[in-house]
Amino acid sequence: MNTATAPVIEYVALMPILILLGAACIGILVEAFLPRHHRFHTQLVIVGAAIVGAFIRLIANWRQGRSGIMAMGSLTLDGPTYVMWSGLLVFGLLAVLVFAERKANGGVTTFAASAATTPGSKAEATASAARIEHTEIFPLFLFSLAGMMLFLAANDMLTLFVALEVFSLPLYLMCGMARRRRLLSQEAALKYFLLGAFSSAFFLFGVALVYGYTGSFTFGDIAIAVTLPTQGRGLLITGLALMVVGVLFKIGAVPFHNWTPDVYVGAPTPVTGFMAICTKAAASMALLRLLYTAFGGERWSWQPVLMVIAILTMLLGAVFGLTQTDVKRLLAYSSVAHAGFILTAVVGAQGIVATGQLTSVGAVMFYLIAYGFATIGAFAIVTLVRRSGGETNAMDDWAGLGRRSPVLAGIFSFFLLSFAGIPLTAGFIGKWAAFESAWRGGYKWLVVVAVIASLIAAFFYLKLIMIMWFQPPAEGVEVAVPSALTWVPIIVGALATLLLGVAPGLLLDVVSTADVFLR
Amino acid sequence: MTLLETSVRLLPAVGMFTWAWTMIAVPLAVAAFLLLAGKVADRWGHFVAVGAVVYSFSIAACLFAEMVGMAPDHRAVDAPLYTWFKVGVWEFPVGFQIDQLSILFALLITGVGSLIHVYSIGYMAHDERRRRFFAYLNLFVAAMLTLVLADNYLLLFVGWEGVGLASYLLIGFWQHKPSAAAAGNKAFIMNRVGDLGMIFAIGSFLAQVGTVRFDAVNSMIGAVDSGWATAIGLFLLLAACGKSAQFPLQGWLLDAMEGPTPVSALIHAATMVTAGVYLIVRSHAVYEHTPFASMAVVIIGTVTLLLGAWIGSSKDDIKKVLAGSTMSQIGYMILAAGIGGPALALAIFHLLTHGFFKANMFLGAGSVMHAMDDDVNMRHYGALRKELPITHATFLMGYMAIIGVPGWAGYFSKDLIIDAAVEFRWFIGALAIAGAGITAFYMTRLMFMTWWGKARWRPGVHPHESPKVMTWPLVILAFFSVVGGMLMFWWIQTWLQPLLGYHETMPFEPFTSLPGWATLAVVVLGVVLGWYTFGRPEVTIPIEAPKANAFVTMGRNDAYADAIMDVAVVQPYAALGRGIVGADAHLVDAGFMGMGTLLQGVSESLRKLQTGYVRTYALTMTAGVLLVGLVMILSRMG
Repeated sequence: MNTATAPVIEYVALMPILILLGAACIGILVEAFLPRHHRFHTQLVIVGAAIVGAFIRLIANWRQGRSGIMAMGSLTLDGPTYVMWSGLLVFGLLAVLVFAERKANGGVTTFAASAATTPGSKAEATASAARIEHTEIFPLFLFSLAGMMLFLAANDMLTLFVALEVFSLPLYLMCGMARRRRLLSQEAALKYFLLGAFSSAFFLFGVALVYGYTGSFTFGDIAIAVTLPTQGRGLLITGLALMVVGVLFKIGAVPFHNWTPDVYVGAPTPVTGFMAICTKAAASMALLRLLYTAFGGERWSWQPVLMVIAILTMLLGAVFGLTQTDVKRLLAYSSVAHAGFILTAVVGAQGIVATGQLTSVGAVMFYLIAYGFATIGAFAIVTLVRRSGGETNAMDDWAGLGRRSPVLAGIFSFFLLSFAGIPLTAGFIGKWAAFESAWRGGYKWLVVVAVIASLIAAFFYLKLIMIMWFQPPAEGVEVAVPSALTWVPIIVGALATLLLGVAPGLLLDVVSTADVFLR
Repeated sequence: MTLLETSVRLLPAVGMFTWAWTMIAVPLAVAAFLLLAGKVADRWGHFVAVGAVVYSFSIAACLFAEMVGMAPDHRAVDAPLYTWFKVGVWEFPVGFQIDQLSILFALLITGVGSLIHVYSIGYMAHDERRRRFFAYLNLFVAAMLTLVLADNYLLLFVGWEGVGLASYLLIGFWQHKPSAAAAGNKAFIMNRVGDLGMIFAIGSFLAQVGTVRFDAVNSMIGAVDSGWATAIGLFLLLAACGKSAQFPLQGWLLDAMEGPTPVSALIHAATMVTAGVYLIVRSHAVYEHTPFASMAVVIIGTVTLLLGAWIGSSKDDIKKVLAGSTMSQIGYMILAAGIGGPALALAIFHLLTHGFFKANMFLGAGSVMHAMDDDVNMRHYGALRKELPITHATFLMGYMAIIGVPGWAGYFSKDLIIDAAVEFRWFIGALAIAGAGITAFYMTRLMFMTWWGKARWRPGVHPHESPKVMTWPLVILAFFSVVGGMLMFWWIQTWLQPLLGYHETMPFEPFTSLPGWATLAVVVLGVVLGWYTFGRPEVTIPIEAPKANAFVTMGRNDAYADAIMDVAVVQPYAALGRGIVGADAHLVDAGFMGMGTLLQGVSESLRKLQTGYVRTYALTMTAGVLLVGLVMILSRMG
């Protein structure tokens, strides 16, 4: 009876991920075998082709209706997976374009010439002088992106954990690769890694406890086990709590948010932009799937917890933001506050709704996509404000940007308005959908707190807008002239933010037909 | 039930009405074009902007003409555009309601707007950022039209925010003046407080009525609990106070005078600041269910009409006198809107006449500033009548209209409001009459200090009349300041009846009613007082504002009476005015800014938690895990 059945893998359905992983491997071979001066363009072509190819395959699969539980029960391809995979691929493509920007940086990318050298050493100076570039960033990026996609589609706890590590490890490295302010960047990478490892430990311990209670890794089995009245539920609850902590760390929810400001500031800005939206999107969706499919029967345990966390996250993110003097730090706290708003929708737990209404999953997906376009665009603009050749994030240096570069300052203000949730921006509709989900779930006063938090947060966004438009321009600051690689994410971000604000029906219709998890 | 009478049946839009949205789209597109076009459009961009507003005006005029030709019950038209978004059970349409009320506003906005656009060609001729200025003006017109044409509260709110943005950009237009930038900020913050009211009102509508459409809200508000109706009424009032500079949110309007003068005329006199009046009149069905909120509206209106008049009396800056006067006049409109019933139409009537004569006087003030090298201090004016004859004549018409000389525009509209106020509560009426007297006083003061008396010009100033492109709009507005009342008083109440309810119209009884005579008497008294204090030939107006001990330095014999006047009337009056302005600056502002400061303090102290040490972070995370565990255990126990 020792016959092992060969695993059945639905290659076509999983093709989008396979393309990304395959391209990442090719990218590594390119690093090994191609002469240095050919690598940059080759990598760029590989990344671009991989993402576009994966996207086309994804859409084709979607239209052919390939859904279900795949790969021996370890991955789920359902509506939310398709929507957010598409989202991740689009955001990934926009983010990687900023990675490749060279024109604005004097002909080299913003990544360290030689990340292994000691900052300030002779070897570093030599590498910089030789205008060496780290093109490994591209395969790392692809691995990370593929990991994120796996993370949000994972249907068992082990896949979930492996995917978590697959997308996190490259990110730790990418954070440490800034060309300028390398010590800060390396410190950020180390912090991120240590705390990430810490949270992974919690997560893994949680997995073990839940497995101990349910005897299974797959979400479907857990869901059944949860509904059975058995002794020793403490094991299950503790395990659930620890797993939730692990994912909340990635989302950047208070009190697991401490890394966010430091890492956002230290990491190279293009990486920050990528991280800010894609990590958050993947982790939010994974949290939703975990809680709704595996632990839907335990919702009375996790709803209060998430409610407390959501309140803390919104309020702290908004209040902290008030006194920030650094644009990247401000955006980091803004991202914390946004995590809180997303959690507000998660708490609502509106699973089954009348036709035309949006489930919580739908609301979160819309929120993430709306937030994503503005985030990618905003961080792309952050890369362009310079002082003596290097990026400057001090708010004082952003003063009077409106006069120096009205178009960029105008678009940036528009993104800030979207973050603040002003009508006619995508952010407004996103907030509306999220709050409505919590409202219908019976958490009315949570919505009241959320509205207050968004008003506080609006204050610092508006403060930055005022600084940009109504203060005299700072001396010695210049705005770099980028190539299309940076312009495309900025313009696409602005147009999408406007379009989703004026005619959100385009996306709302899509998410409302694809907003139920498959079990 | 007045309810059923006021629930308007909206007809689907046909013909011209389906093009109503272009009134908004064209100025908006031109604004975008001018902002993006760059320097190529510097030389001709402003003509495009003028064209856009004139286009909107002609559409509005055509629609108005069509509506006149229709039966009274068939004039209200709904032109839906598309569904903005649909979340849950709530649906948010983008659509326009063109009815008796909104068309009057559209005519005012585009009509006065066109004149002010033309005037600005001359006023901003030497400003290198003229193209941008016109783009903002067009943006404002588009937003204001959205505000008044919207068929639901949410779209109204979009316009509401849009005019706020445009106003903010235009107040701070001369960013090189730090006071201008600060004023922009103050307007911004105070308006946010008002917005809060708007947001709460919209939320309450959704929660209680389930929709934000005007027609549905109007017909269903009767079923709403009266406590909620009161709350909604107060929220809407808060919103109106913010936008219309009513007590206690009035402070920003004085500072807003930092903006270019055409902006003050268009936004801070004729149109945007009256949005609060529009909001309350539009929501009249809500106030019919809540005597408490209606009374609050009446009180706010009365307080502001007196407060504004006081401020107007104590300022030396010509624009700030006019700004105080604007507050005061809007106070009258809010008062009428709060009284409700037949007075609703009067609020709109006064709003329209005020739009004419106040825009006229603001533009006149701009013409004076143009002549006096942008000096706004009236103590440096005097005897400008001969140098600026056209501006003087037009300004005089505005003056006679605002104080209510029989036959002039303000006479009709203000006297009707005073009649309604007397009928409502006699003491409110008495206060409104007193306000009319103070208005006569400070406007007379303005006239003497600016136009008549002796010249106190600063050395090197050579006043001159403004170019034709500026004087023609003045002449047209002066014409309407004279005849506006006569043109409208006999039909406006019946015109608005299908929309605001079939109340008995307020009869216009000029020389038969007691309040009418009382008002006239008080106005005459105000004028005489103004003349006695500032206009007699022997009075010299000091170039520096007099200190509290001014009477000592003044002469003995001739000035003796003047000194008594000064001590007994002017000084306490000015001091009170100054006191009120000061209290406004210190108490009210401090209240608003205090909240921000408190949050900043909390933020500062919390920042210390963000040490940068991984060990602290890890500790926080561990604490977080304990928190999560604790909440889970607690929630399972409970």
